[in-house]
Amino acid sequence: MIASKRENLVGRILLILLMLWTLMPFVSLFVTALHKSGTYPAGVEWPADPQWGNFALAFGSAQMGALIWSSVQIVIGVVPISLVIATMAGYAIGHLRVPGHRLLLLLFVFGLTLPFEGIITPLYYQIRDFGLLNTRWAIILPLIGLFMPFSVYWMRAHFVNMPAELSEAAQVDGANRWQVFWRVHVPLARPALSSLGILLFLWTWNQFLLTVVLVNDPLKRTAAGALGAFQGQWGTDIPLLCAGSLLIMAPTLLVFFIFQRQFVAALLQGSMKG
Amino acid sequence: MNQPPARSHPSADRPSPHFGSRAVSARRGGVHRTSLRRGRWLGYLFIVPALSVYLLFVIRPIFLTVQYSMYDWNGVTKATWVGVSNYLKVFADPTLYGPVLNAFELIIFFSFIPIVLGLVTAATVRRIAESRLAGLARTIVFIPQVIPLVAAGIIWSWLLASNGLVNQLLSVIGLGGITKAWLGDFGTALPAVGMIGAWVQLGLCTLLLLAGMSKIDASLYEAARLDGAGPLREFFAITLPSLRQEIVVCVTVTVIAALSSFDIIYISTQGGPGNSTLVPGLQIFYLAFSENRVGLASALAVTLMVLVLVVVLPIQLLAKEDKA
Repeated sequence: MIASKRENLVGRILLILLMLWTLMPFVSLFVTALHKSGTYPAGVEWPADPQWGNFALAFGSAQMGALIWSSVQIVIGVVPISLVIATMAGYAIGHLRVPGHRLLLLLFVFGLTLPFEGIITPLYYQIRDFGLLNTRWAIILPLIGLFMPFSVYWMRAHFVNMPAELSEAAQVDGANRWQVFWRVHVPLARPALSSLGILLFLWTWNQFLLTVVLVNDPLKRTAAGALGAFQGQWGTDIPLLCAGSLLIMAPTLLVFFIFQRQFVAALLQGSMKG
Repeated sequence: MNQPPARSHPSADRPSPHFGSRAVSARRGGVHRTSLRRGRWLGYLFIVPALSVYLLFVIRPIFLTVQYSMYDWNGVTKATWVGVSNYLKVFADPTLYGPVLNAFELIIFFSFIPIVLGLVTAATVRRIAESRLAGLARTIVFIPQVIPLVAAGIIWSWLLASNGLVNQLLSVIGLGGITKAWLGDFGTALPAVGMIGAWVQLGLCTLLLLAGMSKIDASLYEAARLDGAGPLREFFAITLPSLRQEIVVCVTVTVIAALSSFDIIYISTQGGPGNSTLVPGLQIFYLAFSENRVGLASALAVTLMVLVLVVVLPIQLLAKEDKA
Protein backbone atom coordinates (compact mmCIF):
# COMPACT_ATOMS: atom_id res chain seq x y z
CA MET A 1 0.00 0.00 0.00
CA ILE A 2 2.82 2.36 0.88
CA ALA A 3 4.54 1.68 -2.42
CA SER A 4 1.38 2.37 -4.34
CA LYS A 5 0.78 5.59 -2.41
CA ARG A 6 4.17 6.86 -3.42
CA GLU A 7 3.44 5.86 -7.01
CA ASN A 8 0.20 7.78 -6.87
CA LEU A 9 2.04 10.85 -5.72
CA VAL A 10 4.49 10.53 -8.60
CA GLY A 11 1.52 10.09 -10.89
CA ARG A 12 -0.12 13.27 -9.61
CA ILE A 13 3.06 15.26 -10.06
CA LEU A 14 3.44 13.92 -13.57
CA LEU A 15 -0.13 14.86 -14.42
CA ILE A 16 0.39 18.38 -13.16
CA LEU A 17 3.61 18.69 -15.17
CA LEU A 18 1.79 17.45 -18.25
CA MET A 19 -0.95 20.01 -17.78
CA LEU A 20 1.61 22.78 -17.27
CA TRP A 21 3.43 21.71 -20.42
CA THR A 22 0.14 21.94 -22.31
CA LEU A 23 -1.06 25.19 -20.79
CA MET A 24 2.13 27.25 -20.49
CA PRO A 25 2.08 28.22 -24.18
CA PHE A 26 -1.43 29.59 -23.78
CA VAL A 27 -0.48 31.51 -20.67
CA SER A 28 2.45 33.02 -22.53
CA LEU A 29 0.15 33.89 -25.44
CA PHE A 30 -2.38 35.51 -23.15
CA VAL A 31 0.13 37.54 -21.17
CA THR A 32 1.85 38.71 -24.33
CA ALA A 33 -1.47 39.76 -25.80
CA LEU A 34 -1.80 42.26 -22.94
CA HIS A 35 1.39 44.13 -23.77
CA LYS A 36 1.35 47.41 -25.61
CA SER A 37 0.69 46.88 -29.30
CA GLY A 38 3.85 47.15 -31.39
CA THR A 39 6.24 46.41 -28.51
CA TYR A 40 8.40 43.31 -28.31
CA PRO A 41 7.87 41.86 -24.83
CA ALA A 42 10.16 39.31 -23.23
CA GLY A 43 8.86 35.84 -22.39
CA VAL A 44 6.17 35.73 -19.73
CA GLU A 45 5.99 39.01 -17.90
CA TRP A 46 2.82 40.53 -16.56
CA PRO A 47 2.62 44.00 -18.13
CA ALA A 48 2.56 47.02 -15.83
CA ASP A 49 -0.35 48.39 -17.77
CA PRO A 50 -2.42 45.51 -19.28
CA GLN A 51 -3.78 46.50 -22.67
CA TRP A 52 -7.17 44.82 -22.66
CA GLY A 53 -8.00 46.96 -25.64
CA ASN A 54 -5.73 44.76 -27.78
CA PHE A 55 -8.51 42.23 -28.04
CA ALA A 56 -10.92 44.82 -29.35
CA LEU A 57 -8.20 46.11 -31.68
CA ALA A 58 -7.49 42.62 -33.04
CA PHE A 59 -11.20 41.90 -33.31
CA GLY A 60 -11.65 44.98 -35.42
CA SER A 61 -8.54 44.79 -37.60
CA ALA A 62 -9.01 41.10 -38.38
CA GLN A 63 -12.75 41.54 -38.99
CA MET A 64 -13.21 38.68 -36.59
CA GLY A 65 -16.97 38.62 -36.84
CA ALA A 66 -16.86 38.12 -40.61
CA LEU A 67 -14.11 35.50 -40.26
CA ILE A 68 -16.07 33.40 -37.85
CA TRP A 69 -19.23 33.70 -39.90
CA SER A 70 -17.28 32.49 -42.94
CA SER A 71 -16.03 29.45 -41.05
CA VAL A 72 -19.52 28.74 -39.81
CA GLN A 73 -20.84 28.84 -43.37
CA ILE A 74 -18.16 26.41 -44.51
CA VAL A 75 -18.96 24.05 -41.64
CA ILE A 76 -22.66 24.24 -42.51
CA GLY A 77 -21.76 23.42 -46.11
CA VAL A 78 -19.54 20.47 -45.27
CA VAL A 79 -20.76 18.66 -42.18
CA PRO A 80 -24.50 17.93 -42.72
CA ILE A 81 -24.05 16.79 -46.33
CA SER A 82 -21.05 14.65 -45.42
CA LEU A 83 -22.99 13.04 -42.59
CA VAL A 84 -25.99 12.22 -44.77
CA ILE A 85 -24.16 10.79 -47.77
CA ALA A 86 -21.59 8.93 -45.66
CA THR A 87 -24.38 7.38 -43.60
CA MET A 88 -26.15 6.23 -46.74
CA ALA A 89 -22.98 4.76 -48.21
CA GLY A 90 -21.96 3.17 -44.92
CA TYR A 91 -25.45 1.64 -44.68
CA ALA A 92 -25.28 0.20 -48.20
CA ILE A 93 -21.79 -1.20 -47.68
CA GLY A 94 -22.11 -2.37 -44.09
CA HIS A 95 -25.76 -3.37 -43.82
CA LEU A 96 -27.31 -3.91 -47.26
CA ARG A 97 -24.00 -5.36 -48.44
CA VAL A 98 -24.59 -4.60 -52.07
CA PRO A 99 -22.67 -6.85 -54.49
CA GLY A 100 -19.08 -5.69 -54.53
CA HIS A 101 -19.35 -4.09 -51.11
CA ARG A 102 -15.89 -5.25 -50.17
CA LEU A 103 -14.33 -3.69 -53.21
CA LEU A 104 -16.20 -0.46 -52.56
CA LEU A 105 -15.01 -0.42 -48.96
CA LEU A 106 -11.46 -0.99 -50.13
CA LEU A 107 -11.80 1.91 -52.56
CA PHE A 108 -12.81 4.22 -49.73
CA VAL A 109 -10.22 2.84 -47.30
CA PHE A 110 -7.56 3.54 -49.91
CA GLY A 111 -8.13 7.24 -49.34
CA LEU A 112 -7.73 7.04 -45.55
CA THR A 113 -4.02 7.80 -45.45
CA LEU A 114 -3.96 10.24 -48.36
CA PRO A 115 -1.97 13.40 -47.62
CA PHE A 116 -3.98 16.35 -48.93
CA GLU A 117 -0.80 17.80 -50.45
CA GLY A 118 -0.75 14.83 -52.80
CA ILE A 119 -3.73 16.06 -54.78
CA ILE A 120 -3.71 19.78 -54.11
CA THR A 121 -2.18 20.68 -57.49
CA PRO A 122 -4.79 19.07 -59.77
CA LEU A 123 -7.46 20.12 -57.31
CA TYR A 124 -6.47 23.72 -57.91
CA TYR A 125 -6.84 23.41 -61.69
CA GLN A 126 -10.08 21.48 -61.30
CA ILE A 127 -11.60 24.11 -59.03
CA ARG A 128 -10.36 26.82 -61.37
CA ASP A 129 -12.04 25.11 -64.34
CA PHE A 130 -15.27 24.92 -62.33
CA GLY A 131 -14.94 28.68 -61.83
CA LEU A 132 -15.01 28.22 -58.06
CA LEU A 133 -11.63 29.65 -57.04
CA ASN A 134 -11.95 32.20 -54.27
CA THR A 135 -15.38 31.02 -53.24
CA ARG A 136 -16.32 28.99 -50.18
CA TRP A 137 -17.38 26.17 -52.52
CA ALA A 138 -13.68 25.71 -53.33
CA ILE A 139 -13.24 24.51 -49.77
CA ILE A 140 -16.62 22.88 -49.19
CA LEU A 141 -16.80 20.54 -52.19
CA PRO A 142 -13.27 19.05 -52.03
CA LEU A 143 -13.54 18.67 -48.25
CA ILE A 144 -16.71 16.61 -48.56
CA GLY A 145 -14.86 14.34 -50.96
CA LEU A 146 -11.74 14.19 -48.81
CA PHE A 147 -13.80 13.33 -45.72
CA MET A 148 -15.57 10.43 -47.43
CA PRO A 149 -12.93 7.74 -46.78
CA PHE A 150 -13.03 8.23 -43.03
CA SER A 151 -16.75 8.99 -42.81
CA VAL A 152 -17.89 6.03 -44.88
CA TYR A 153 -15.47 3.76 -43.04
CA TRP A 154 -16.77 5.06 -39.72
CA MET A 155 -20.47 4.65 -40.55
CA ARG A 156 -19.88 1.27 -42.13
CA ALA A 157 -18.24 0.14 -38.88
CA HIS A 158 -21.47 1.06 -37.12
CA PHE A 159 -23.88 -0.53 -39.60
CA VAL A 160 -21.92 -3.74 -39.99
CA ASN A 161 -22.89 -4.57 -36.41
CA MET A 162 -26.59 -3.95 -36.86
CA PRO A 163 -28.52 -7.23 -37.05
CA ALA A 164 -30.25 -7.96 -40.36
CA GLU A 165 -33.39 -8.92 -38.42
CA LEU A 166 -33.95 -5.28 -37.66
CA SER A 167 -34.57 -4.35 -41.29
CA GLU A 168 -36.54 -7.49 -41.94
CA ALA A 169 -38.86 -6.85 -39.04
CA ALA A 170 -39.45 -3.32 -40.28
CA GLN A 171 -40.11 -4.54 -43.80
CA VAL A 172 -42.57 -7.09 -42.55
CA ASP A 173 -44.33 -4.18 -40.89
CA GLY A 174 -44.68 -2.65 -44.32
CA ALA A 175 -41.94 -0.07 -44.29
CA ASN A 176 -40.26 0.60 -47.62
CA ARG A 177 -36.53 0.65 -48.11
CA TRP A 178 -36.09 4.36 -47.47
CA GLN A 179 -38.28 4.23 -44.38
CA VAL A 180 -36.29 1.32 -42.99
CA PHE A 181 -33.14 3.37 -43.41
CA TRP A 182 -34.47 6.71 -42.27
CA ARG A 183 -36.86 5.68 -39.48
CA VAL A 184 -35.09 2.62 -38.07
CA HIS A 185 -31.38 2.78 -38.79
CA VAL A 186 -30.56 6.48 -38.71
CA PRO A 187 -32.02 7.02 -35.22
CA LEU A 188 -30.05 4.02 -33.97
CA ALA A 189 -26.88 5.45 -35.52
CA ARG A 190 -27.13 8.67 -33.53
CA PRO A 191 -24.08 8.08 -31.28
CA ALA A 192 -21.86 7.20 -34.24
CA LEU A 193 -23.24 10.19 -36.14
CA SER A 194 -22.64 12.70 -33.38
CA SER A 195 -19.03 11.58 -32.90
CA LEU A 196 -18.47 11.83 -36.63
CA GLY A 197 -20.11 15.23 -36.68
CA ILE A 198 -17.74 16.51 -33.99
CA LEU A 199 -14.70 15.22 -35.87
CA LEU A 200 -15.82 16.68 -39.19
CA PHE A 201 -16.56 20.03 -37.55
CA LEU A 202 -13.05 20.14 -36.09
CA TRP A 203 -11.32 19.07 -39.28
CA THR A 204 -13.26 21.60 -41.33
CA TRP A 205 -12.73 24.46 -38.91
CA ASN A 206 -9.00 23.72 -38.72
CA GLN A 207 -8.44 23.04 -42.42
CA PHE A 208 -5.55 25.13 -43.67
CA LEU A 209 -3.97 23.80 -46.88
CA LEU A 210 -7.10 24.01 -49.02
CA THR A 211 -7.87 27.53 -47.91
CA VAL A 212 -4.32 28.75 -48.52
CA VAL A 213 -4.25 27.35 -52.04
CA LEU A 214 -7.81 27.84 -53.20
CA VAL A 215 -9.08 30.97 -51.48
CA ASN A 216 -7.21 34.28 -51.37
CA ASP A 217 -9.75 36.32 -49.49
CA PRO A 218 -9.35 35.67 -45.74
CA LEU A 219 -13.02 36.51 -45.27
CA LYS A 220 -14.00 33.45 -47.30
CA ARG A 221 -11.67 31.07 -45.49
CA THR A 222 -11.88 28.69 -42.56
CA ALA A 223 -10.77 29.88 -39.14
CA ALA A 224 -7.35 28.26 -39.55
CA GLY A 225 -6.87 29.82 -42.97
CA ALA A 226 -7.90 33.20 -41.66
CA LEU A 227 -5.43 32.85 -38.82
CA GLY A 228 -2.69 32.18 -41.36
CA ALA A 229 -3.60 35.35 -43.22
CA PHE A 230 -3.76 37.26 -39.96
CA GLN A 231 -0.24 36.15 -39.13
CA GLY A 232 0.97 37.26 -42.55
CA GLN A 233 -0.51 40.69 -41.98
CA TRP A 234 0.24 41.27 -38.30
CA GLY A 235 3.20 38.92 -37.80
CA THR A 236 5.47 41.75 -36.71
CA ASP A 237 3.14 43.08 -34.05
CA ILE A 238 3.51 40.29 -31.52
CA PRO A 239 0.95 41.46 -28.90
CA LEU A 240 -1.73 42.00 -31.52
CA LEU A 241 -0.93 38.68 -33.19
CA CYS A 242 -1.28 36.92 -29.83
CA ALA A 243 -4.58 38.64 -29.12
CA GLY A 244 -5.89 37.74 -32.58
CA SER A 245 -4.80 34.12 -32.27
CA LEU A 246 -6.60 33.78 -28.96
CA LEU A 247 -9.74 35.30 -30.42
CA ILE A 248 -9.74 33.00 -33.45
CA MET A 249 -9.20 29.98 -31.21
CA ALA A 250 -11.86 31.05 -28.72
CA PRO A 251 -14.93 29.60 -30.50
CA THR A 252 -13.38 26.14 -30.91
CA LEU A 253 -12.12 26.15 -27.35
CA LEU A 254 -15.54 27.20 -26.13
CA VAL A 255 -17.28 24.43 -28.06
CA PHE A 256 -14.62 22.03 -26.85
CA PHE A 257 -15.12 22.87 -23.18
CA ILE A 258 -18.89 22.57 -23.50
CA PHE A 259 -18.75 19.19 -25.25
CA GLN A 260 -15.41 18.03 -23.82
CA ARG A 261 -16.59 14.54 -22.97
CA GLN A 262 -17.94 13.94 -26.47
CA PHE A 263 -14.87 15.53 -28.06
CA VAL A 264 -12.37 13.41 -26.20
CA ALA A 265 -14.40 10.25 -26.82
CA ALA A 266 -14.81 11.09 -30.51
CA LEU A 267 -11.14 11.87 -31.04
CA LEU A 268 -10.01 8.74 -29.25
CA GLN A 269 -12.45 6.50 -31.13
CA GLY A 270 -11.67 8.36 -34.31
CA SER A 271 -8.01 7.57 -34.18
CA MET A 272 -8.60 4.01 -33.06
CA LYS A 273 -10.71 3.35 -36.11
CA GLY A 274 -8.92 5.54 -38.57
CA MET B 1 -37.91 -24.80 -45.61
CA ASN B 2 -39.38 -25.31 -49.05
CA GLN B 3 -37.55 -22.47 -50.69
CA PRO B 4 -34.64 -22.87 -53.06
CA PRO B 5 -31.38 -22.44 -51.20
CA ALA B 6 -30.39 -19.46 -53.29
CA ARG B 7 -33.39 -17.50 -52.08
CA SER B 8 -33.17 -18.20 -48.40
CA HIS B 9 -29.46 -17.55 -48.40
CA PRO B 10 -28.86 -14.91 -50.97
CA SER B 11 -25.30 -14.01 -50.25
CA ALA B 12 -22.49 -16.41 -49.66
CA ASP B 13 -20.55 -14.04 -47.51
CA ARG B 14 -23.20 -13.82 -44.78
CA PRO B 15 -21.79 -15.29 -41.60
CA SER B 16 -23.53 -18.55 -40.91
CA PRO B 17 -25.14 -17.57 -37.57
CA HIS B 18 -27.51 -15.36 -39.54
CA PHE B 19 -28.67 -18.23 -41.67
CA GLY B 20 -31.13 -19.66 -39.19
CA SER B 21 -32.89 -16.45 -38.31
CA ARG B 22 -32.98 -15.23 -41.87
CA ALA B 23 -34.53 -18.49 -42.96
CA VAL B 24 -37.18 -18.08 -40.28
CA SER B 25 -38.10 -14.61 -41.42
CA ALA B 26 -38.04 -15.81 -44.99
CA ARG B 27 -40.65 -18.40 -44.13
CA ARG B 28 -42.69 -15.63 -42.56
CA GLY B 29 -42.90 -13.75 -45.84
CA GLY B 30 -41.41 -14.89 -49.11
CA VAL B 31 -42.40 -11.65 -50.85
CA HIS B 32 -40.23 -9.53 -48.59
CA ARG B 33 -37.40 -11.92 -49.13
CA THR B 34 -37.36 -11.13 -52.87
CA SER B 35 -37.73 -7.44 -52.33
CA LEU B 36 -34.79 -7.46 -49.94
CA ARG B 37 -32.77 -9.17 -52.59
CA ARG B 38 -33.66 -6.63 -55.21
CA GLY B 39 -32.66 -4.05 -52.61
CA ARG B 40 -29.12 -5.21 -52.87
CA TRP B 41 -28.97 -3.62 -56.29
CA LEU B 42 -31.07 -0.64 -55.30
CA GLY B 43 -28.54 -0.18 -52.53
CA TYR B 44 -26.17 1.32 -55.07
CA LEU B 45 -28.37 4.40 -55.05
CA PHE B 46 -27.31 4.86 -51.43
CA ILE B 47 -23.65 4.86 -52.42
CA VAL B 48 -23.86 7.08 -55.49
CA PRO B 49 -23.66 10.49 -53.75
CA ALA B 50 -20.68 9.61 -51.53
CA LEU B 51 -18.94 7.79 -54.34
CA SER B 52 -19.37 10.62 -56.83
CA VAL B 53 -17.85 13.34 -54.64
CA TYR B 54 -15.08 10.95 -53.69
CA LEU B 55 -14.33 10.06 -57.30
CA LEU B 56 -14.54 13.67 -58.47
CA PHE B 57 -12.53 15.36 -55.72
CA VAL B 58 -10.13 12.64 -54.61
CA ILE B 59 -9.68 9.78 -57.08
CA ARG B 60 -9.67 11.95 -60.21
CA PRO B 61 -7.05 14.33 -58.74
CA ILE B 62 -4.93 11.33 -57.76
CA PHE B 63 -4.87 10.14 -61.38
CA LEU B 64 -4.25 13.68 -62.59
CA THR B 65 -1.29 14.04 -60.22
CA VAL B 66 0.21 10.90 -61.70
CA GLN B 67 -0.46 12.24 -65.21
CA TYR B 68 1.02 15.70 -64.47
CA SER B 69 4.09 14.08 -62.97
CA MET B 70 5.11 12.83 -66.41
CA TYR B 71 5.01 16.25 -68.02
CA ASP B 72 7.05 19.41 -67.94
CA TRP B 73 4.33 22.00 -67.39
CA ASN B 74 4.28 25.55 -66.04
CA GLY B 75 0.51 25.52 -65.56
CA VAL B 76 -0.18 27.86 -68.46
CA THR B 77 1.47 26.95 -71.75
CA LYS B 78 1.42 23.58 -73.46
CA ALA B 79 2.87 20.70 -71.46
CA THR B 80 5.64 18.49 -72.82
CA TRP B 81 5.87 14.80 -72.11
CA VAL B 82 9.05 13.98 -70.21
CA GLY B 83 8.40 10.45 -68.98
CA VAL B 84 9.98 9.62 -65.64
CA SER B 85 12.56 12.40 -65.73
CA ASN B 86 10.70 14.34 -63.01
CA TYR B 87 11.04 11.33 -60.74
CA LEU B 88 14.75 11.06 -61.51
CA LYS B 89 15.06 14.69 -60.43
CA VAL B 90 13.21 13.93 -57.19
CA PHE B 91 15.77 11.28 -56.34
CA ALA B 92 18.80 13.25 -57.51
CA ASP B 93 18.14 16.82 -56.41
CA PRO B 94 18.81 17.50 -52.71
CA THR B 95 16.20 20.28 -52.67
CA LEU B 96 13.66 17.56 -53.54
CA TYR B 97 14.77 14.50 -51.60
CA GLY B 98 16.04 16.65 -48.73
CA PRO B 99 12.48 17.47 -47.65
CA VAL B 100 11.67 13.75 -47.63
CA LEU B 101 14.60 13.11 -45.30
CA ASN B 102 13.48 16.01 -43.11
CA ALA B 103 10.01 14.48 -42.90
CA PHE B 104 11.53 11.22 -41.72
CA GLU B 105 13.53 13.08 -39.10
CA LEU B 106 10.31 14.68 -37.91
CA ILE B 107 8.98 11.19 -37.14
CA ILE B 108 11.34 11.14 -34.15
CA PHE B 109 9.53 14.17 -32.75
CA PHE B 110 5.98 13.59 -33.96
CA SER B 111 5.91 9.87 -33.13
CA PHE B 112 8.76 8.54 -31.08
CA ILE B 113 8.92 11.19 -28.35
CA PRO B 114 5.14 11.49 -27.78
CA ILE B 115 4.70 7.72 -27.69
CA VAL B 116 7.57 7.09 -25.29
CA LEU B 117 6.57 9.97 -23.03
CA GLY B 118 2.92 8.95 -23.38
CA LEU B 119 3.75 5.40 -22.32
CA VAL B 120 5.69 6.58 -19.29
CA THR B 121 2.97 9.03 -18.29
CA ALA B 122 0.10 6.62 -18.85
CA ALA B 123 1.85 3.83 -16.95
CA THR B 124 2.53 6.17 -14.04
CA VAL B 125 -0.94 7.64 -13.78
CA ARG B 126 -2.75 4.37 -14.55
CA ARG B 127 -3.74 3.82 -10.90
CA ILE B 128 -5.20 7.27 -10.50
CA ALA B 129 -6.88 7.35 -13.92
CA GLU B 130 -10.28 7.70 -12.25
CA SER B 131 -9.31 10.59 -9.98
CA ARG B 132 -10.62 14.12 -10.46
CA LEU B 133 -7.17 15.40 -11.25
CA ALA B 134 -6.89 12.87 -14.08
CA GLY B 135 -10.31 13.90 -15.32
CA LEU B 136 -9.17 17.48 -15.51
CA ALA B 137 -5.91 16.46 -17.18
CA ARG B 138 -7.88 14.49 -19.76
CA THR B 139 -9.52 17.69 -20.92
CA ILE B 140 -6.45 19.89 -20.69
CA VAL B 141 -4.02 17.69 -22.58
CA PHE B 142 -6.51 17.45 -25.42
CA ILE B 143 -6.50 21.16 -26.17
CA PRO B 144 -3.59 20.93 -28.66
CA GLN B 145 -5.65 18.45 -30.68
CA VAL B 146 -8.56 20.84 -30.88
CA ILE B 147 -6.88 24.09 -31.88
CA PRO B 148 -5.75 24.53 -35.49
CA LEU B 149 -2.15 23.49 -36.16
CA VAL B 150 -1.71 27.02 -37.47
CA ALA B 151 -2.37 28.30 -33.97
CA ALA B 152 0.14 25.84 -32.52
CA GLY B 153 2.64 27.17 -35.04
CA ILE B 154 1.99 30.80 -34.12
CA ILE B 155 2.15 30.13 -30.38
CA TRP B 156 5.39 28.20 -30.56
CA SER B 157 7.04 30.60 -32.98
CA TRP B 158 6.67 33.13 -30.23
CA LEU B 159 7.76 30.76 -27.44
CA LEU B 160 10.87 29.74 -29.36
CA ALA B 161 11.78 33.28 -30.42
CA SER B 162 15.00 34.82 -29.12
CA ASN B 163 13.21 36.53 -26.22
CA GLY B 164 10.43 33.98 -25.87
CA LEU B 165 9.45 31.85 -22.92
CA VAL B 166 11.81 28.97 -23.75
CA ASN B 167 14.90 31.14 -23.56
CA GLN B 168 13.55 32.92 -20.51
CA LEU B 169 13.20 29.59 -18.69
CA LEU B 170 16.64 28.48 -19.83
CA SER B 171 18.15 31.66 -18.40
CA VAL B 172 16.34 31.12 -15.11
CA ILE B 173 17.89 27.67 -14.67
CA GLY B 174 21.32 29.02 -15.52
CA LEU B 175 21.50 27.91 -19.13
CA GLY B 176 21.47 31.44 -20.47
CA GLY B 177 24.51 30.56 -22.58
CA ILE B 178 22.62 28.31 -24.97
CA THR B 179 19.70 30.61 -25.67
CA LYS B 180 19.10 31.41 -29.31
CA ALA B 181 16.38 31.95 -31.87
CA TRP B 182 15.62 28.24 -32.09
CA LEU B 183 13.62 28.40 -35.30
CA GLY B 184 16.16 30.60 -37.07
CA ASP B 185 19.23 28.45 -36.48
CA PHE B 186 20.28 25.89 -39.10
CA GLY B 187 21.18 23.37 -36.43
CA THR B 188 18.09 23.64 -34.25
CA ALA B 189 15.25 24.66 -36.58
CA LEU B 190 14.13 21.14 -37.51
CA PRO B 191 14.18 19.78 -33.93
CA ALA B 192 12.42 22.97 -32.81
CA VAL B 193 9.67 22.44 -35.38
CA GLY B 194 9.59 18.83 -34.25
CA MET B 195 8.97 19.93 -30.67
CA ILE B 196 5.86 21.75 -31.81
CA GLY B 197 4.65 18.47 -33.29
CA ALA B 198 5.53 16.65 -30.09
CA TRP B 199 3.50 19.17 -28.11
CA VAL B 200 0.49 18.59 -30.37
CA GLN B 201 0.69 14.78 -30.33
CA LEU B 202 1.61 14.07 -26.71
CA GLY B 203 -1.89 14.45 -25.27
CA LEU B 204 -3.54 12.23 -27.86
CA CYS B 205 -0.93 9.48 -27.45
CA THR B 206 -1.11 9.60 -23.66
CA LEU B 207 -4.88 9.32 -23.59
CA LEU B 208 -5.01 6.57 -26.22
CA LEU B 209 -2.46 4.54 -24.28
CA LEU B 210 -4.20 5.23 -20.99
CA ALA B 211 -7.49 4.05 -22.47
CA GLY B 212 -5.71 0.89 -23.61
CA MET B 213 -4.26 0.32 -20.16
CA SER B 214 -7.64 0.58 -18.52
CA LYS B 215 -8.68 -2.49 -20.52
CA ILE B 216 -5.90 -4.63 -19.08
CA ASP B 217 -7.13 -7.12 -16.52
CA ALA B 218 -6.25 -5.79 -13.05
CA SER B 219 -5.63 -9.30 -11.73
CA LEU B 220 -2.58 -9.51 -13.98
CA TYR B 221 -1.03 -6.65 -12.04
CA GLU B 222 -2.00 -8.16 -8.70
CA ALA B 223 -0.36 -11.42 -9.69
CA ALA B 224 2.77 -9.57 -10.73
CA ARG B 225 2.83 -7.70 -7.43
CA LEU B 226 2.50 -10.94 -5.51
CA ASP B 227 5.45 -12.29 -7.48
CA GLY B 228 7.39 -9.28 -6.26
CA ALA B 229 7.58 -7.43 -9.58
CA GLY B 230 8.39 -3.74 -9.35
CA PRO B 231 6.81 -1.04 -11.50
CA LEU B 232 9.48 -1.47 -14.16
CA ARG B 233 9.05 -5.24 -14.53
CA GLU B 234 5.31 -4.74 -14.44
CA PHE B 235 5.56 -2.26 -17.31
CA PHE B 236 7.64 -4.46 -19.58
CA ALA B 237 5.95 -7.76 -18.72
CA ILE B 238 2.30 -6.71 -18.71
CA THR B 239 1.59 -3.17 -19.82
CA LEU B 240 3.69 -2.92 -22.95
CA PRO B 241 2.68 -6.25 -24.56
CA SER B 242 -1.01 -5.58 -23.94
CA LEU B 243 -0.87 -2.24 -25.69
CA ARG B 244 0.20 -3.33 -29.15
CA GLN B 245 -3.07 -2.28 -30.70
CA GLU B 246 -2.95 1.21 -29.17
CA ILE B 247 0.71 1.70 -29.99
CA VAL B 248 0.07 0.78 -33.60
CA VAL B 249 -2.69 3.40 -33.71
CA CYS B 250 -0.44 6.07 -32.19
CA VAL B 251 2.36 5.23 -34.59
CA THR B 252 0.04 5.34 -37.61
CA VAL B 253 -1.61 8.62 -36.73
CA THR B 254 1.60 10.42 -35.78
CA VAL B 255 3.71 9.08 -38.64
CA ILE B 256 1.12 10.28 -41.15
CA ALA B 257 1.13 13.66 -39.38
CA ALA B 258 4.94 13.83 -39.62
CA LEU B 259 5.25 12.79 -43.25
CA SER B 260 2.45 15.04 -44.46
CA SER B 261 3.18 17.99 -42.17
CA PHE B 262 2.46 21.40 -43.67
CA ASP B 263 0.59 23.85 -41.43
CA ILE B 264 3.08 24.10 -38.57
CA ILE B 265 6.07 24.58 -40.84
CA TYR B 266 4.33 26.96 -43.21
CA ILE B 267 3.59 29.19 -40.23
CA SER B 268 6.74 28.87 -38.15
CA THR B 269 9.68 28.67 -40.58
CA GLN B 270 8.37 28.52 -44.19
CA GLY B 271 10.93 25.76 -44.64
CA GLY B 272 13.92 27.82 -43.60
CA PRO B 273 16.51 28.77 -42.67
CA GLY B 274 17.85 27.63 -46.01
CA ASN B 275 15.98 24.41 -46.67
CA SER B 276 16.61 23.03 -43.22
CA THR B 277 12.94 22.56 -42.31
CA LEU B 278 11.52 22.07 -45.78
CA VAL B 279 9.11 19.11 -45.94
CA PRO B 280 7.50 17.46 -48.99
CA GLY B 281 4.09 19.08 -48.45
CA LEU B 282 5.57 22.56 -48.36
CA GLN B 283 7.92 21.91 -51.29
CA ILE B 284 4.98 20.67 -53.39
CA PHE B 285 3.18 23.90 -52.54
CA TYR B 286 6.16 26.06 -53.51
CA LEU B 287 6.90 24.17 -56.71
CA ALA B 288 3.32 24.16 -57.92
CA PHE B 289 2.17 27.62 -56.89
CA SER B 290 5.27 29.85 -56.66
CA GLU B 291 7.70 28.34 -59.14
CA ASN B 292 5.08 27.01 -61.58
CA ARG B 293 6.84 23.68 -61.96
CA VAL B 294 3.67 21.63 -61.87
CA GLY B 295 5.21 18.45 -63.25
CA LEU B 296 7.96 18.35 -60.68
CA ALA B 297 5.53 19.20 -57.87
CA SER B 298 3.33 16.31 -58.98
CA ALA B 299 6.24 13.86 -59.07
CA LEU B 300 7.06 14.82 -55.50
CA ALA B 301 3.36 14.52 -54.62
CA VAL B 302 3.18 10.98 -56.01
CA THR B 303 6.36 10.13 -54.13
CA LEU B 304 4.81 11.43 -50.91
CA MET B 305 1.56 9.50 -51.39
CA VAL B 306 3.42 6.26 -52.12
CA LEU B 307 5.77 6.86 -49.21
CA VAL B 308 2.92 7.26 -46.73
CA LEU B 309 1.32 4.04 -47.98
CA VAL B 310 4.62 2.15 -47.89
CA VAL B 311 5.28 3.23 -44.33
CA VAL B 312 1.75 2.84 -42.96
CA LEU B 313 0.65 -0.44 -44.57
CA PRO B 314 3.25 -2.67 -42.85
CA ILE B 315 2.34 -1.10 -39.51
CA GLN B 316 -1.32 -1.89 -40.15
CA LEU B 317 -0.55 -5.46 -41.18
CA LEU B 318 1.38 -5.86 -37.94
CA ALA B 319 -1.77 -4.90 -36.04
CA LYS B 320 -3.95 -7.30 -38.04
CA GLU B 321 -1.61 -10.21 -37.39
CA ASP B 322 -1.74 -9.45 -33.73
CA LYS B 323 -5.52 -9.58 -33.69
CA ALA B 324 -5.75 -12.90 -35.52
